[in-house]
Amino acid sequence: MLSVLGDFIGELRAAGIPVSMSEHVDAARAIEVIELSDRSLVRSSLAATLVKDGDHLPVFYTAFEVFFSTRSWENAQDFLDDLDQPEQGESPEGAAGATGPGQARGEGGGASSSMSAQELADLLFRALRDRDRDALRQAASEAVARYAGMEPGRPVGGTYYLYRTLRNLDLENLERRLGEVTGDPQSPEELVQRIARDEAHARVEMLKAEIERVIRERLVEDRGAEALAKSVRKPLPEDLDVMHANREEMAQLERALRPLSRKLAVRLARRRRRRNRGPVDLRHTVRRSLSTGGVPMDLRFKPPHPAKPEIIVIADISGSVASFARFTLHLVHAISSQFSKVRSFVFVDGLDEVTRLFEGVDDPSEAVSRINAEADVIAFDGHSDYGRALLTFHAQFADQITRRATILILGDARNNYHQAHAEVLADLRYRAKAVYWLNPEPMSYWNSGDSIIAQYAPYCERVIECRTLRQLEAFVGGLT
Amino acid sequence: MSALDPREELAKRLGLPHVPPVRFESPADVRERLAENDYLSDDAIASVTYLADRLAKPILVEGPAGTGKTALAKAVADAVGARLIRLQCYEGLDESKALYEWNYRKQLLRIQAGRPEGSGTEDWSHLEEDIFAEEFLLTRPLLEAISATDPVVLLIDEVDRVELETEALLLEILSEYQVSIPELGTVKAQQIPMVFLTSNNTRELSEALKRRCLYLYIGYPDVERERDIILSRVPGISTALAEQIAHVVRTLRTLDLKKAPSVSETLDWARTLVILGRKEIGDADTAATLHILLKYQTDIERATKELLGRSKPVA
Repeated sequence: MLSVLGDFIGELRAAGIPVSMSEHVDAARAIEVIELSDRSLVRSSLAATLVKDGDHLPVFYTAFEVFFSTRSWENAQDFLDDLDQPEQGESPEGAAGATGPGQARGEGGGASSSMSAQELADLLFRALRDRDRDALRQAASEAVARYAGMEPGRPVGGTYYLYRTLRNLDLENLERRLGEVTGDPQSPEELVQRIARDEAHARVEMLKAEIERVIRERLVEDRGAEALAKSVRKPLPEDLDVMHANREEMAQLERALRPLSRKLAVRLARRRRRRNRGPVDLRHTVRRSLSTGGVPMDLRFKPPHPAKPEIIVIADISGSVASFARFTLHLVHAISSQFSKVRSFVFVDGLDEVTRLFEGVDDPSEAVSRINAEADVIAFDGHSDYGRALLTFHAQFADQITRRATILILGDARNNYHQAHAEVLADLRYRAKAVYWLNPEPMSYWNSGDSIIAQYAPYCERVIECRTLRQLEAFVGGLT
Repeated sequence: MSALDPREELAKRLGLPHVPPVRFESPADVRERLAENDYLSDDAIASVTYLADRLAKPILVEGPAGTGKTALAKAVADAVGARLIRLQCYEGLDESKALYEWNYRKQLLRIQAGRPEGSGTEDWSHLEEDIFAEEFLLTRPLLEAISATDPVVLLIDEVDRVELETEALLLEILSEYQVSIPELGTVKAQQIPMVFLTSNNTRELSEALKRRCLYLYIGYPDVERERDIILSRVPGISTALAEQIAHVVRTLRTLDLKKAPSVSETLDWARTLVILGRKEIGDADTAATLHILLKYQTDIERATKELLGRSKPVA
């Protein structure tokens, strides 16, 4: 068990969860005092000792499913034996290898022929209707054996098998039937119907989760926990690549953003308050020194200078860069109280100011969602044109840029082979305090194809690769 | 492998005459005894509480507001028959409010009263020893919990509100169960108290603090548990209504709201519906009472539109 724990912690660390040495010890102590045959107890004990951040829990649960699958739990005696003879070298795959793959597969495959598709659908329906967990487990493994078509040895993470299974199950029909039994479809009350629909949906989600679990178990039997852990490993929300996030990950990012910006605001406000000393006030110090015979014993300081920077954000909102721009705008406006002024502009090939959308709204995400609908950013063909956007910005707003303003430009600098007009940026930099360019592309892609970041780079204080929320937070946090 | 049991080890370090018995037999025991005190736990809550007692470690409880973090500490205190000592954290909390303070006035009095009639001064070293005695110490919650001889549960509430520097004050207590007072020496715990810390996650707590604690995340309960909570906390409610309420609240939590309804707000709503004498929820009632669950006008409007298919709440 201890060596399995070591491997498991290795996997957590590889997934980005920081696990310290003392936490490892705590976990080892925890499993000494608990009943190991109770899987959910082991799970919450390991979670309590190893994971110290609520956002990391989903990643932990995935890894736990892989390393301590239900099926291998049925052979829990092996763990207990390990505990009694810790000196004997235990193979790393102890947990996963405990079950014979042959036996498992035989079990799943043998039953599949005895049931027709209709019977299986009914079985699923009944299991979900009665919320019968055992029946659901049985039906799910039946469905997987029948439809997933799993091939041993293929190095996949299971998404493909999940998709194949679900495609064959006609979940919409199932959800509709469930909706009829969970509530009264004839009810005139809008609310009652809505509840019934949500309940049906929740139960179908339960089925999906169960099927995913079954698939994962089979994969563990096939390839071992460590190999599988690597292929199902998911990055933590703050490490997700914003530009390539799928819909589910996007939702994760959205959820992570709000607490992130709140934390950032609190941190910055605290830092500002603490910096309560300005430079030495010479006049005051000399005046004080008279009481000590002219020796300046007691230094006096000027009150701090409230140097809140002005922030001007110019964001490309075309195509795949759009989501990144939205996150940055959200974050900057969420901490706008830390700046004396925040102005935002968005562009594709035309440019429009969107500051007004953020005014008087207490939740930046609302404003961000209005940008696409309301901003007038397309002047010609709707392909990004950085040169034109910069020109437009310069012509309209250059005289409003002071030495207090920091300009942030967000975009991948993929200019669709238009003219760069880098000289405009040179002039903007001359007027402003600083120009930063945040590029959501990995650095290795810069200057490939139509990316012309190198032409703009000389006129920026820094060009920063900014692909994840973590990087974004670090940058924005350093601005004030 | 044959390491000392964590409780034994701690008892030895603290110099306790005997190892205090564990408070809970098993996670199931935790569940049962919390339920007797009207606190419905789930697997995670029960096992982490059990583990905290068994390993003699503090629990850091995190999660959205109003999901029963503070209530858990209270229920545990009731279940084990201990006194709850609560330290409410706030910005600017310092040593003298959290740990201890010298009773300056009493010390002055002692100095004046101790001066022998007419003749010179008292022996200084004797006096110094005297005025820095425990008698002149004002104990604050943390020291009180450490020096208590009766069973106590220490609750450090909303620990995320104190500054990062103040957090350091807690570290000695959390890992060693002792407090160092420069003038007096080290005060060690007379027992192994249970310690709960709660946080609303408004800022990242320091690694040092997290490392010393077990972590428990209490999220919103699932439908079945929420229904049971309603049933146990709201007298006179029917199972059907409780179930419906739990479902409505779950749906509300999936909407993109500024503030999702908490368990305590759910209970308020359930009580309201019971007082109104409802056996089940209808559209009109919901529209009229939604402000109990939701505290922002925009949230209420959005929920009304989503749930009831109307854009304006009925007056």
